[in-house]
Amino acid sequence: MKTSIPSGLRQVATSNGRRQFLKASLAGSGGLMINFSWLGTASALSSKPTDDAPIKLNAYLFVAPNGEITAIVPNPEFGQNLMTSMPMILAEEMDANWSDIVAKQADYQPDEFERQFTGGSQSIRRGWQSLRMAGATAKHMLMMAAAAKWQVPTAQLTVANSVISHKASGKSAAFGEFASDAALITLPASIPLKSNDDFNIIGQSQLNLEGRKIVTGKPLFGIDYHSDNMLVASIVHAPAFGKTVKEADLESIKAMPGIVDAFVFESMQPDYTRNYFDTSAFTTLVAIVGHKTWAVLKAKRALNVTWQAFDSYSEKMNRFGTLVDVNVPGGLENTSDHRKQMESLLNTELPVLRQDGDPASVFAKAEQVIERTYYAPYLAHNAMEPMNFYASVTNEDVHIAGPLQAPGFIIGTVAERLNVPTEKVRIEVTRMGGGFGRRAYSHYAVEAAVISQRVKQPVKLIYTREDDMTGGIYRPTYMVKFKAALNNQNELIAYQVDGVGVPEHCIHADRFPAGAVDNYLARGQAISSNITTGAFRAPRSNFMGASEQAFLDEVAEMAGTDPINFRLALFKKAMSSPVGEKHDYDAERYAGVLELVREKSGWDTMPASINKGVAAYYCHNSYAAHVVTTTVKNGLPKADKVFSALDCGVVVNPIAASNMVQGAVVDGIGNAMYGEMTFTNGQPDKQNFDRYRMIRIDEAPASIDVHFVKSNIDPTGLGEPPFPPIFAALTNALYQQTGKRFYEQPLIKQLEQS
Amino acid sequence: MPSYKLHINGKNHDVVTDADTPLLWVLRDELNMPGTKYGCGMAMCGACTVHLGGNAVRSCSIPVSAVGDNDVTTIEGLSEHGDHPLQKLWIEQDVAQCGYCQAGQIMNAAALLMQNPNPDDAAIDTAMKGNICRCGTYVRIKQAIKLAAKA
Repeated sequence: MKTSIPSGLRQVATSNGRRQFLKASLAGSGGLMINFSWLGTASALSSKPTDDAPIKLNAYLFVAPNGEITAIVPNPEFGQNLMTSMPMILAEEMDANWSDIVAKQADYQPDEFERQFTGGSQSIRRGWQSLRMAGATAKHMLMMAAAAKWQVPTAQLTVANSVISHKASGKSAAFGEFASDAALITLPASIPLKSNDDFNIIGQSQLNLEGRKIVTGKPLFGIDYHSDNMLVASIVHAPAFGKTVKEADLESIKAMPGIVDAFVFESMQPDYTRNYFDTSAFTTLVAIVGHKTWAVLKAKRALNVTWQAFDSYSEKMNRFGTLVDVNVPGGLENTSDHRKQMESLLNTELPVLRQDGDPASVFAKAEQVIERTYYAPYLAHNAMEPMNFYASVTNEDVHIAGPLQAPGFIIGTVAERLNVPTEKVRIEVTRMGGGFGRRAYSHYAVEAAVISQRVKQPVKLIYTREDDMTGGIYRPTYMVKFKAALNNQNELIAYQVDGVGVPEHCIHADRFPAGAVDNYLARGQAISSNITTGAFRAPRSNFMGASEQAFLDEVAEMAGTDPINFRLALFKKAMSSPVGEKHDYDAERYAGVLELVREKSGWDTMPASINKGVAAYYCHNSYAAHVVTTTVKNGLPKADKVFSALDCGVVVNPIAASNMVQGAVVDGIGNAMYGEMTFTNGQPDKQNFDRYRMIRIDEAPASIDVHFVKSNIDPTGLGEPPFPPIFAALTNALYQQTGKRFYEQPLIKQLEQS
Repeated sequence: MPSYKLHINGKNHDVVTDADTPLLWVLRDELNMPGTKYGCGMAMCGACTVHLGGNAVRSCSIPVSAVGDNDVTTIEGLSEHGDHPLQKLWIEQDVAQCGYCQAGQIMNAAALLMQNPNPDDAAIDTAMKGNICRCGTYVRIKQAIKLAAKA
């Protein structure tokens, strides 16, 4: 299971095709022979550039004659600080002076970059090698240019802080001097990457390169996008899932001041084959287009639409290249019905996802058996910047711009809807005011494009908060039932997890404690729905971390064992005698974060008067553990201090990484305490922040102390892994505080009752 | 449509717009000042916070007709060179994640410091709890305000 990679020098080849690169890394060849198609284009210049413009060395790096280095960030930014951490990786291998670096968000350029998707906590993990290669090759091209100019061997040159030096001759000059010559260089067959021990930018905290723009109110976000003849558009979607537009009284709206047009439109053609990230809800919409936002919003309020329910239907969906049948039920759904449906499904024989040993007979004979059921509601993402997009569609050109996590997921949808070739669609990616998974489903970009095509002018589509909160793509609602058996040594000898949900179940069958229990059963089944859902910060894991880790706390209590020691014993077993063919975690690293959080929180020596809870979880290739202590404020218990331990391999930018963990802690506590979306007759019961409660500053913990396991392993995920376990660390501490276990989110309901 | 003389960030602006147009949309649509953000439109999130006559207000819920002669300050005008102590501390403490709410957070905090130059935790909580940050940067926001107060 151990995946550590030696930190020594790596030679990377520069001459193979991308296909061979993929093959080589899949084969795990020790030499890590790497290449990228952009290396081919790097030396494509046939004549020397003459002006002062930045000179392209490869897709990621431009160097200007004045020494300014533009670092192109391929992945969309929504607060993970990629606009700083990705340039850090480039600058590290380049041996650039950090203050020479300017970051620039890339447009969608699939020919230049391999994975322009921010999601699954994969940006740094999957970009790591490419970014390092880009930095290393740029440096090498500059060195070769210097060597040619000075008539000295490249091997005798050294580079530090953007300056190339030749010690023997005393020559020394900055990168900018060689930029135009470097662009003509043909690379050698292979070049070295740095040893981790030689890193002097990676691992050192660097302040957010966008920080100044953020605090001075510069237009960074999609909602700030502006063009001179741009109109403003708003959409009106059905008030309930299960309903669609019947007819709209458009004439009175069109007559309102400042309104240019109003019409009903389809965001997808009826014969269109949806892909996984297209939405199925509210594809028939009313558009209102005007000169200014306020006029449009007033017209929206005045609009009369009659709605009609739709019947159940089936369709083919393209699920990552495979056509699957999807059933969308008609009808107006209710939260209370979802709950009953899930409860009754949990009492049936669910499909088996994994079985080890013979759990049924062990449960029948065990000394002690415990069974608990957990529930969590739908959640709305509530990114602070509501959905919006800019589109300028003409016969010649489709230019769309705005906040989205995955331009590659939507470009085909846009092209097909507008009936233009994909090559005609240019996507400009803006900074996002939060994403959390929501903006992987960028149907609003298609809507903006259709509206612009119709009105023959550029438009900026802006969702109101209400449009955003009632528009779907929620975190699914789930229920899970756990069962555990202990022997007379208080050891966990059988474990069963049954998970259901609407419209997906919550089970990862090979997750902990699979592999650590001799008799293990995981089962799951989903209930279909017309309410749309989508990825929400650590999908499924955010519920399983909350429920499983709360359940294990109870099992540990039944066993009379310290909850950290109880888990460590299980990891020990997964290491020494793993059960079954596989499990998806590294037990040693999992145990490592628990050991670290135990040490840093002073778990073993905390006074008995302090109520504390612990939880750990593995997802998105990283390990996280938290200890939470509680206090009482205004008569209600709340999280007081939080101690966090993370193992995400190499930490690129510590100050931003700890910010990310602190944010996940606050976000997790907020969603655990208050997060809830409910439905009555298909209609979302909460439409804005007056009823949808979000965590506020006075409800956040007083301190969040973040620690990282020191590691030379290539970086893994960070945005999501710290999120799931904070839910359970909180409820486990609240149990100590209140004497009551918590089986349902949001927790505030039970806290306010007691 | 009526016209209004507005005094924003030390400059006079003439605006012709409906009387009920929220100050937020006057700033963003009429005056091309997008630093002030739309978040909820009902004064529940604080993203649109500006100063009106020295007080923090939610510009999404102030009609332009109610602004009168009062000075308006937005994030673009909080300091001439982006060097208000809060702006500096926000950068130094690496407060922002997505950054969308932070203009409103800073404007709200700046009004707090004008009224209470040395706020304790409780005073910060009371003043700042109208400003939502979904990224969860509250611990750093509080730290930055405390350090700015000392600066």
